[in-house]
Amino acid sequence: MPANRFNNFTDYGIGIGLRSTHYHHILTRKPVVDWFEIISENFMVDGGRPLHILDRILEQYRVVQHGVSMYFGSAERANREHLRRLKDLVKRTKTPWVSDHLCWGSVDGRYTHDLLPMPYTFEAAKLTAQKVREVRDFLEVPIAVENVSSYAEFHVSEMSEWEFLNEVVERADCGILLDVNNIYVSSQNHSFDPLTYVNSVPAERVAQIHIAGHSKYRKYILDTHDHPVIDPVWRLYSRAIERVGHTATLLEWDDSIPSFQQVHDEALKANKFLASAALARAV
Amino acid sequence: MSLLSLQRRMARAVMTPLTPNERMRPLAPDGRPMRRVAAGFIKPNDRLTSFERLEIYNRQYWFRILSGFAEDFPGVRAILGDRRFDALSKAYLKQCPSRSFTLRNLGSRLESWLHTHPRWAGARQKLVVDMARLEWADIEAFDGKAEPTLKPEDLASVDPGRLRLRLQPYIQLLDLRYPVDDLLLAVRAGAPEDSQDSSNAFNERHKRKRVAAAARLRPSNIFLAVHRVDYSVYFRRLDPEEFAILRRLRQGKSLNQAMDAGFRGSKIPRDRRAADLSQWFHNWAALGWFCRPEKRAAKS
Repeated sequence: MPANRFNNFTDYGIGIGLRSTHYHHILTRKPVVDWFEIISENFMVDGGRPLHILDRILEQYRVVQHGVSMYFGSAERANREHLRRLKDLVKRTKTPWVSDHLCWGSVDGRYTHDLLPMPYTFEAAKLTAQKVREVRDFLEVPIAVENVSSYAEFHVSEMSEWEFLNEVVERADCGILLDVNNIYVSSQNHSFDPLTYVNSVPAERVAQIHIAGHSKYRKYILDTHDHPVIDPVWRLYSRAIERVGHTATLLEWDDSIPSFQQVHDEALKANKFLASAALARAV
Repeated sequence: MSLLSLQRRMARAVMTPLTPNERMRPLAPDGRPMRRVAAGFIKPNDRLTSFERLEIYNRQYWFRILSGFAEDFPGVRAILGDRRFDALSKAYLKQCPSRSFTLRNLGSRLESWLHTHPRWAGARQKLVVDMARLEWADIEAFDGKAEPTLKPEDLASVDPGRLRLRLQPYIQLLDLRYPVDDLLLAVRAGAPEDSQDSSNAFNERHKRKRVAAAARLRPSNIFLAVHRVDYSVYFRRLDPEEFAILRRLRQGKSLNQAMDAGFRGSKIPRDRRAADLSQWFHNWAALGWFCRPEKRAAKS
């Protein structure tokens, strides 16, 4: 399943997140990278250096947009200014799909700039799916929603997180950005089996996969994107690939960022799992 | 509980300021115990109470916005020192939470807030306001819009007397009571590349130096253009007349109107004005400060 309608029938391989600390290396050394993921909000500006750098990157590389503040799950309507700027960027990057998180983060026009967890209710699923549809219709590109790491659960929840994800994507008819690190983090924080989650996701909707590192504290795990990927997360990735097939995979590293080469080498470890999944499918 | 009421309840708790030792407050803004508030909508687990789970988000919120705000206003921080800056940041962000999808705009209301809340800036309120204006202008100039630059042929068919020159949108014009441009450049020049790699002794020495430099700064009216060259932001000092002309052009006045206003009350001798004007226009054009005229829709 190398391509599907949720990633616009592309067959992207392993990418890494574009971060400012690596700009110089990328623009001067021009390393071979299959694709870069950008944080949309960093480039939703009117001009100047951010767009200049982006244009230079676009001359050489394929770019996919990943957002952090669309807040599909916020009860309020999507911000029109946000949508307009996002659409301008979509036209600029020609991103094959756009992803953002299955979470909320703003209410009454006030932004927390965090990825806050959803109450897993049918009401929330319905409202969230409706917003995903509105955003997709406005942007005119496929949308993939990403499962987030969470540290809290709500009394009002009526289903498990994976049931909620499935409910939203079926109602919205959208794709999934499956973050296997987030599944691991949440499974440790909420005591569920992460494999149950991975096995429950509709494979045909997975447009992209995220891998990342995290930080372990005494009573919980925090999704910090500042470490290499740990073995249990690689095992989840392996199982996801086994189910989904060769899928666009991206390593996130956002804090204590090492050299470009170290980040890229960490991302390329995914090749081992992609190859064995391909072999398993062939026999 | 509806989705909206749950989100309002959680956002209120998450955006409540932390205690001095960076923990969640025991009481909610309405006076109810926060433990009861948290237990009302968040499940505990075998390791964390509802309060502790909510506290993770409360702390993340404040750490994130305080760190973003501090990155944007190192000059204000240099003037106030770390303790006062921390107090100002918390007071400002409590009263002016983000209303934008991007953290870039976190400081957009700082100048106006400082005018109405002078006590947070202390005795040097005017200096702090000037620095806040400069640092916000720096953000605006960094990623503001640039339009195609004016070319000589664009002026060929225009009556010079009625000419309306447009300034590049990214250019910010500031009249300031203190030479804060020098101070901000000094703060940036002294800032360690990566504070994690610097010794505590270096950081302390640097902190003392920048506070001392701020304390020495005396009032001196300056006029500034915050602009870009090759995608980097620069500060350019302007003569008062030069500033007045540019400001009128920004307001959409004709070239004649701008020049009249620029030299009104000027101490520049009349016989020198043409030469000065010529030099200023030469500089502005060389820096690409003028945009091409807007194309008007053809009349049908």
